[in-house]
Amino acid sequence: MYGWTGKIIRVNLTDKKITVEDLNMEDAKMYLGGRGLGSKILYDEIDPKIDPLSPENKLIFMTGPLTGTYATCAGRFNVVAKAPLTGTIGAANAGGHFGPELKFAGYDGIIFEGKADKPVYLHIYDDLIELKSAEHLWGKDVFETTDLLLEENEDDARVACIGPGGEKQVLFATVMSDKDRAAGRSGLGAVMGSKNLKAVVVKGTKSIGVADKSKFIAATMDARSKIDVNGVTGKGGGLPTYGTQVLVNILNEVHGLPTRNWRESYFEDADKISGEYLAEHFLIRNKACFACPIGCGRVIEIRDGKYKGIVAGPEYEAGWSYGACCGVGDMDAIDKANHVCNLLGIDPITMGATIACAMELYEEGYITKEDLGGRELKFGDGEAIIYWTEMTGNREGFGDIMALGSYRMAEKYGREDLSMTVKKQEMPAYDGRVLQGMGLSYATSNRGGCHVRGYLTSPEILGIPVKLDPMDIEGKPELLKTFQDLTAVVDSSDICLFSTFALGLPEISEMLRTATGMEVSDEEVLRIGERIWNLERLFNIEAGFTRKDDTLPERLLKEPVKSGPAKGKVTELEVMLDKYYEVRGWTEEGIPTEEKLEELSLDKESLATV
Amino acid sequence: MSKGIVISPDKCTGCRICELTCTFYKHDNFNPKDAAISVLEFYDVGLQVPMTCLQCDEPHCATVCPVGALEKDETTGVVNYDREKCIGCKMCVSACPFGNMTYSPRLKQVIKCDECGGDPQCVKLCPSSALEYKELDSNLERRKNFASYFKEVFGEVTK
Repeated sequence: MYGWTGKIIRVNLTDKKITVEDLNMEDAKMYLGGRGLGSKILYDEIDPKIDPLSPENKLIFMTGPLTGTYATCAGRFNVVAKAPLTGTIGAANAGGHFGPELKFAGYDGIIFEGKADKPVYLHIYDDLIELKSAEHLWGKDVFETTDLLLEENEDDARVACIGPGGEKQVLFATVMSDKDRAAGRSGLGAVMGSKNLKAVVVKGTKSIGVADKSKFIAATMDARSKIDVNGVTGKGGGLPTYGTQVLVNILNEVHGLPTRNWRESYFEDADKISGEYLAEHFLIRNKACFACPIGCGRVIEIRDGKYKGIVAGPEYEAGWSYGACCGVGDMDAIDKANHVCNLLGIDPITMGATIACAMELYEEGYITKEDLGGRELKFGDGEAIIYWTEMTGNREGFGDIMALGSYRMAEKYGREDLSMTVKKQEMPAYDGRVLQGMGLSYATSNRGGCHVRGYLTSPEILGIPVKLDPMDIEGKPELLKTFQDLTAVVDSSDICLFSTFALGLPEISEMLRTATGMEVSDEEVLRIGERIWNLERLFNIEAGFTRKDDTLPERLLKEPVKSGPAKGKVTELEVMLDKYYEVRGWTEEGIPTEEKLEELSLDKESLATV
Repeated sequence: MSKGIVISPDKCTGCRICELTCTFYKHDNFNPKDAAISVLEFYDVGLQVPMTCLQCDEPHCATVCPVGALEKDETTGVVNYDREKCIGCKMCVSACPFGNMTYSPRLKQVIKCDECGGDPQCVKLCPSSALEYKELDSNLERRKNFASYFKEVFGEVTK
């Protein structure tokens, strides 16, 4: 066996039964691993209509065929389940070292089903797999939990766990690994909490082989040489030098940085929350995930207060949600709020954007001082973003409402239009009126408002692989399809999306071929991505999603941009959406046609039930 | 003239490409537990420290080896390991003061850095230059760096 280990652990938490199964190699070749293979298993094994927080949901940890090798940036793993925030299929991936360690223990993935009667955690050390009590860990934050688990198990093991956010089923709770790497979006930590599963601890001492050593070296070195010289990923490039927050000033320049709950798209204090500012005032050094030559992670110092210490710095989208979106130009406060998210195990993108929505609801008089326990909640308040993150992660006071995300919160006041969400998940840091392609990307993402399912910011702003006018819609639906399909391949090989600033389909395909021995052309690899995208779509259709859900908040469709080169623009969604469905081979209602399903070797039967 | 692997923990990002490269180059597959270099993380101070054999001038590992499987090469500076002679007693593992000598039950051999015969692969692929392979009797670069601190301080007081 090359690439894959060929084994999957299945844990039934209800009756505490643990089995090791053979990986279905036919599925592995059709869906690779990670997001794709995890989604295939979920689709086959659960009814898409179930309540995501019920024992019927399954929680799947899945690595890819490249995870654990030195293929560039191939250290990731995916967590897959039906998502509580959106009700769509949910997949979120994280870097760090947990995924590779699971492979070194001899497994491609873990399927959790049912619900434990008391808090438990799973401990894996090669062939030893056991459920242990986590009652002493329940209520503890991510850092404490991780330290205690390493103390009571192997101290060089790797830990993925939830914090109080996941335990209390905050709808956007994360699964955290290595303390600060988050499988962040869609609320998969809440699914873990609903199962009374606190953590997975893994140590592995086995080896991973590849099919063709010399060709795999050649493929990886080719990829590496391209990453090393690329302006974004290479030495002295944007990501290593400034981290993902290098984007703040770039987006602000084109007035595409959503500000104060997307009322504006230009933030006057952007330079105070930028990657440059972070590097100058807070950065200690860079940190990389497993097998990553880029090293975009920021190790920063919080100098005072109760969170004093050396911690992980915020990503661009987290810095944006707490920063521009809340009107907060205080990097210190943003760093702290982001760190609280890591401690409590919640998604900073949704958290910051939910606070921003609450700020607007407060300003408009819907949320009152009484609701907030006598506090004010105004745009620009740095203390507030820290305070409400703590309250939400612990579900205290009004934080109990914020824990539902901005859509359900705004719905209580009849103002869903002020929730900047798609399928109830908050959109991140790129204005879809300015970046038209990103607008379409948000509307069509299979896990709701999200930037990493089809990152058209790359061509629209960074000029990779070609520079396109962000405001133009011509060719965007076609390009988005390719981006979405390729991203599905990337997420299912479990390599980092950031590597695609430098790598394309040929480089990724060659690493896959030489590692696994699969005889597939580049086109066939891309077809795997298209299959994954359509499978996710089928899941969502069966869960009850239709064309009307492939939309954007009213603000993007009706309120024109107030300043900058895109002044006067709204997202031209309907035109792009029609074209997108056509390019996808879907009906006008957004349902894959029988021919398309046949072409992708997907089961047609499923559609009969819709 | 003697070259060696020089480690700068302050530059290390913790990517473990050194570990992966080592085991792939030496044993044809990926297994950090079989690598002759390993990175240790100190999360609280945000530091990653790569550790590998220091090729001691008075190698305890060689001193305790009952069959002469470890031997210092005075020309290259490397303490060489002869797998054919090794009886797997693991005395060397106990003797190494740094814990840089390990035994792999999978490979039934001692894991020890040999600098890849003068072309260390880990150094080649280290993306942050935390590992360098260079002349040990100079170290001018680091001295210059530190001297620049004196330049600043003394430049100030002797004004």
